[in-house]
Amino acid sequence: MPEHIVPPKIYLVICGILLVLTFVTWGVALIDLGPWNIVVALSIAFCKATLVALFFMHVRYSPRRTQLVVVAGIFWLGIMILLTMSDYLTRPWLTS
Amino acid sequence: MSQAHSALAEQFRDLEQQREASSLGMWVFLVTEIMFFGGLFMVYTVARAMHPAGFAQASRHLDVTLGGTNTAVLICSSLTMALAVYASQVGRRRMLAGFLALTIALGCVFLVIKAIEYADKFHHHLVPGSAFSFAAPEARPAELFFSLYFAMTGLHALHMIIGVGVVAVLLVKAWRGRYTIEYHTPVEISGLYWHFVDIIWIFLFPLLYLIGLKR
Repeated sequence: MPEHIVPPKIYLVICGILLVLTFVTWGVALIDLGPWNIVVALSIAFCKATLVALFFMHVRYSPRRTQLVVVAGIFWLGIMILLTMSDYLTRPWLTS
Repeated sequence: MSQAHSALAEQFRDLEQQREASSLGMWVFLVTEIMFFGGLFMVYTVARAMHPAGFAQASRHLDVTLGGTNTAVLICSSLTMALAVYASQVGRRRMLAGFLALTIALGCVFLVIKAIEYADKFHHHLVPGSAFSFAAPEARPAELFFSLYFAMTGLHALHMIIGVGVVAVLLVKAWRGRYTIEYHTPVEISGLYWHFVDIIWIFLFPLLYLIGLKR
């Protein structure tokens, strides 16, 4: 796969979106959404991380095996969080 | 076949194959880093699920303005790093050196702001240990929060210091004309590392600074 050169204009646009999303996440944190605050905050963070990976880190233009490694890494992190939390969050069920 | 490039290692067919292998290797390393930081994020999630009120109270003692500024600084440093990679791809040596220098400068700004924040935490007895003081009844959860705050931002800052060192080496080599249109893999994979450290901060900022803002 020949090297893909991303035009600087795309980098500038992505940087702009990332800065706007930073202000959005800051603003949303001031509003009380109950349990949804953390959901919104992490969703925005995940979007920002995805933009950085896809464009700044060229995942979008990378070979399939590189993309597979990236997705596998996130998938295994997901396994760790899911299984650990399914333990901790269900412990109170035993006592009640 | 034409004369082999001096940067081509003998196990590779050509520079393109070498570049893809280097990039994949860096990604495999970054995946181990995901699990490295992932463990800390895991501990944070469990501890916060157990002490939501204490974590929110403790979080109010962080300076959101400084944290937000640092987020913007890091995002801009990612932009300059991405532009440095672009400059190396199109073979513009001065532009490459310039953007690498800017990236180092922004990385240093981040570290200076972080140092100011740390000094403030020492000043207000918010560093876990014998001098730690926090209003009851949330003193213990707050100490846990600040333990995680220092562990996570400290590990992140260590990555930043290493990153600044790596980019400084790139800058010297770039200035000497070591990187060309044909060969600039080190710039590219160092960029991957730099952006990864940016991503870690993108998650740290809302999780540490923004959880106690709502009333």
